[in-house]
Amino acid sequence: MTTGTDLPGFADPVLDAQSAFRAVLAALSCPGSIHDAGAGLTPPASLAPATAAVLLALVDGETSLAIAPTLQPAAGWIAFHCGPEIATTTLAGFVLAEALPNLAALDTGSDEVPERAATVILQVAALGSGASYTLAGPGLQHPTKFAVNGLPVDFAARWTANRALYPRGIDLILCAGGRLAALPRSVTVGEG
Amino acid sequence: MSTMEGYNFAYLDEQTKRMIRRALLKAVAIPGHQIPFGSREMPLPYGWGTGGIQVTAAVLGPQDVLKVIDQGADDTTNAVSIRRFFARTAGVATTTDTSAASVIQTRHRIPEKPLREDQIIVYQVPQPEPLSRLEPSRAETRRMHALAEYGLMHVKLYEDITRFGHVAISYDYPVMVNGRHLMAPSPIPAFDNPKMHQMAALQLFGAGREKRLYAIPPYTSVVSLDFDDHPFRTTRAPHACGLCGATDSYLDEVVTDDQGGRLYVCSDTDHCETRREAGHTGSESPLQEAAQ
Ligand SMILES: [Zn+2]
Repeated sequence: MTTGTDLPGFADPVLDAQSAFRAVLAALSCPGSIHDAGAGLTPPASLAPATAAVLLALVDGETSLAIAPTLQPAAGWIAFHCGPEIATTTLAGFVLAEALPNLAALDTGSDEVPERAATVILQVAALGSGASYTLAGPGLQHPTKFAVNGLPVDFAARWTANRALYPRGIDLILCAGGRLAALPRSVTVGEG
Repeated sequence: MSTMEGYNFAYLDEQTKRMIRRALLKAVAIPGHQIPFGSREMPLPYGWGTGGIQVTAAVLGPQDVLKVIDQGADDTTNAVSIRRFFARTAGVATTTDTSAASVIQTRHRIPEKPLREDQIIVYQVPQPEPLSRLEPSRAETRRMHALAEYGLMHVKLYEDITRFGHVAISYDYPVMVNGRHLMAPSPIPAFDNPKMHQMAALQLFGAGREKRLYAIPPYTSVVSLDFDDHPFRTTRAPHACGLCGATDSYLDEVVTDDQGGRLYVCSDTDHCETRREAGHTGSESPLQEAAQ
């Protein structure tokens, strides 16, 4: 098993981080919109370029990260390039996974400090195809269709429970290949 | 890249930018909620918009075109200094044209021209806490936001109405964001408040001295607090712009001589220039004077 530390991070750490951040900012500002991220990155095989770009742009020694078992092969690369404190899923500020964790079991913040709530970075099979949802809320002028291949069948119900915690709640960044999208806790998700 | 030697891109170090960026993402996810951040010393004094500058620095990239306005004008010392700062430290293109900008940093105004989805507006904020004058304790205001307990503000506004017949707040008029968080819109005139509602552009707010930032995503409800029997109304000086004739823009009163001469002109200088270039004239336009 390769540790991945021999694989590079951003070619230009300053400008590539800025560009990846703007992709995530645009994605959260317009839930369900799909943005390019991680072009040119060659992360370990278990990480999509977009996933790697989000980690490099947002995760560092001041943050805590939980890495799901299926993505453990990338742990060495993440430790080398980002250096987060490794935490349990229930306590981590960032949760990296391929299967949606039980959102209610994560840190959902408090009403006074809702920003403490975890951000889930979920690597999925595809964005723009697969199960279809209808999104509404801040960032969207009109209800908007959003398709993802890789969310659990009961996702809409699980998200509705998360949405009910507002202003507490989990924020979700979805990554597939060289593209990402996001669902902030403020968005409502309907089936179809 | 033509950035100044020895500077970090956009001045801030990468770790600071990541910290501000993480806070900005949470701010977008919780519209109107104030988030503490580790505000850094900037090479400009407080009052020069160090909070807005740090937010802009965390957002800006080489593909951006930056516009900086102060009270609506692109040419004040403050606006020119901030624009030069980013031209030097980030090598970004700058503009005074609202429609050509991708990032607009502002103090005290929102441009008259409606902003677009591909634009970001960054507000410089001196006091991010809308309840600060009613409740000095930070711990207490945090608790009030947590419970959405905003009765104190309604009482204050209603006392104004009882005493003056109207709400006596003409700047920094409090707004309710996404039906949940009471927010200070920064010291923009109440005239500009309706522009925040369902704005197509992302709105970011930075308070340097108070170390807080917050955000309003595009297409988000922003409602100025009011009462059924006293609905929120905007006011503007009852004049047309003396230079471009605009009757719907926010006006500054300019004293023109020592005889008490006064001129009302658009506070948004780019708006006024764009209108004049399109052939609009006002009572004080050179052409108008020549015709008289
Ligand atoms: Zn004018």
